[in-house]
Amino acid sequence: MEAFKEHVGLVVPLDRINVDTDQIIPKQFLKRIERTGFGEFLFNDWRYLENGEPNPEFVLNLPRYANASILIAGVNFGCGSSREHAPWALQQYGFKAILAPSFADIFRNNCYKNGILPIALPADVITSLSQEAQDTEGYQLMIDLEQQSVICPDGTAHNFEIGDFEKYCLLNGLDEIGWTLQFETDIAAFENR
Amino acid sequence: MKTQTMYEKIWEAHLVRASADEVPILYIDTHLVHEVTSPQAFEGLRLNNRKVRRPDLTFATMDHNVPTTDRSLPITDLIAAKQMETLAENCAEFDIPLYDIDSPEQGIVHVIGPELGITQPGKTLVCGDSHTSTHGALGALAFGIGTSEIEHVLATQCLLQQKSDTFEIRIDGTLPYGVTAKDIILSIIGHIGIDGGNGAVVEYTGSAIRALSIEERMTVCNMSIEAGARAGMIAPDDTTYEYMAGKRFAPKGEEFDAAVEHWKELPTDEGATYDRTLQLNAADIAPQVTWGTNPGMVTDVTGRVPDPADMATADEKTATEHALAYMDLKPGTPITDIPIDRVFIGSCTNSRISDLRAAAEVAKGRKVAENINAMVVPGSQAVKRQAEAEGLDQIFRDAGFEWREAGCSMCLGMNPDTLMPGQRCASTSNRNFEGRQGKGGRTHLVSPQMAAATAVTGHFIDIREFSS
Repeated sequence: MEAFKEHVGLVVPLDRINVDTDQIIPKQFLKRIERTGFGEFLFNDWRYLENGEPNPEFVLNLPRYANASILIAGVNFGCGSSREHAPWALQQYGFKAILAPSFADIFRNNCYKNGILPIALPADVITSLSQEAQDTEGYQLMIDLEQQSVICPDGTAHNFEIGDFEKYCLLNGLDEIGWTLQFETDIAAFENR
Repeated sequence: MKTQTMYEKIWEAHLVRASADEVPILYIDTHLVHEVTSPQAFEGLRLNNRKVRRPDLTFATMDHNVPTTDRSLPITDLIAAKQMETLAENCAEFDIPLYDIDSPEQGIVHVIGPELGITQPGKTLVCGDSHTSTHGALGALAFGIGTSEIEHVLATQCLLQQKSDTFEIRIDGTLPYGVTAKDIILSIIGHIGIDGGNGAVVEYTGSAIRALSIEERMTVCNMSIEAGARAGMIAPDDTTYEYMAGKRFAPKGEEFDAAVEHWKELPTDEGATYDRTLQLNAADIAPQVTWGTNPGMVTDVTGRVPDPADMATADEKTATEHALAYMDLKPGTPITDIPIDRVFIGSCTNSRISDLRAAAEVAKGRKVAENINAMVVPGSQAVKRQAEAEGLDQIFRDAGFEWREAGCSMCLGMNPDTLMPGQRCASTSNRNFEGRQGKGGRTHLVSPQMAAATAVTGHFIDIREFSS
């Protein structure tokens, strides 16, 4: 897994609450046996018209948000199916971090394991950042994981919570399976109990 | 004396390591695997030269993208076929038992687990599917995981897990006639919202829950995830022990008696407290129908499509507007005035034998309304055989329903069973998200009885009036 320490990137606001993983990556794209190739299908049904052309009204297709790497969305982002294809698609599209007032449980776990940072901030902060991203072309945020802070262009910092272990794994790009396997004797002892 | 909830007991009994400054390591007793979320996990094992630690605790089947038409015909979707082939190869390579498409045990992973007795009270069970919460109906701690976690469990038989909050949802009283387990859970989600259970493991308690059969309890636990809960569970009782007795992988003879003694220690201690609680009265619950694009957008069958203007927050107003536009519904429309094009009876929520019996009772001697396509997809080959032995297939066929082979089918439309754009479906499944059953398709979630009644009338109808 790629390590996450600091990131500065363009912000795109997705003004929706309860974005489910069926929207993030629709089921017709879950038949691949590889981990790659999902980015082009991110938000497929919102992003493309019936004829396959990009939907000019969908926010990701607006030229000003091309190459955005930070997504802002409404409450309960990533609800529904446990498909890890959702964070794969977000990451392969180019997102490094998602900002929302809250996340669904399984989705949040899946993000950490793929080097994407899900950042929960108070609803009023999300609303104001989202407004800035709409009002100010080229609006960027800086994310400092070590400091657990989202820093605005004017220097305002918003701190966020993250578990120590998740933080450690992200900062070091650590393979969690390797972590657990170092306790093989504990696992064996449990099995023999 | 220390009092604990059932979740806390099972949690504690499965801790491999728990020191204050580390993420707890939880042992997993049972791992269920299917074709869609596992290929990348097996690939990860190979890349890192790792083995499956406990193939004897791992079980696989094919359900998500199997066709439900004649199994003797070749699979036309070559990408889906490749995924099934990959699962077969992975199971052979890592020595994992597989109930493949031709197996008499094949079926939806959350139907066959309990059916075969693989799911047992007091166990930890995971699967790369969010509806793994189903298995909590037997008093197991069961939850869905992502592909990285599948790989983790395959390699270590453990998961790194933080403990969840506990949430008691208590339902006392007697369910009115025509009101089902599906209506209980839809009503709960309507009350607490689709994120109302986030961060918690729900335990369903109360006399109305006790009165449910194991299959009905599965319907309730199944949709815990639709309220955002990590898991849903119901304490084992005599109903549970009777269900477990004689199941293929259940303990036998003296071992069974010993197991029952252990299971009796699982229920939440008297005086134990939960982090959150909710109480509902079963008598207040009416048949439910969803009108929007998530399971929390639900109302009584006697209700109307809501008006976005009545929503409490700007976000909810916008979400309701989006939902009504997608669903092509006007505010104030009575639910019973909504006509439908398709009916789907199936899915891990409602495809067990008792669901099919309930739907068949409604369909018996009646005909599916003109221009409506209705299909019944049993949850497993065993359910299908049982239904056929009881003549349910004939009742459905005579009424004009299609009778299919077992699988997830049009719950998520990964196989050829999908809605066409604009089609409206009464569905016994669990998710009414945009495009869930097919791009542009419109899903209304209901109970099996309501789905069958809707099929014969062509629009939603209050099952309580329909039968009387």
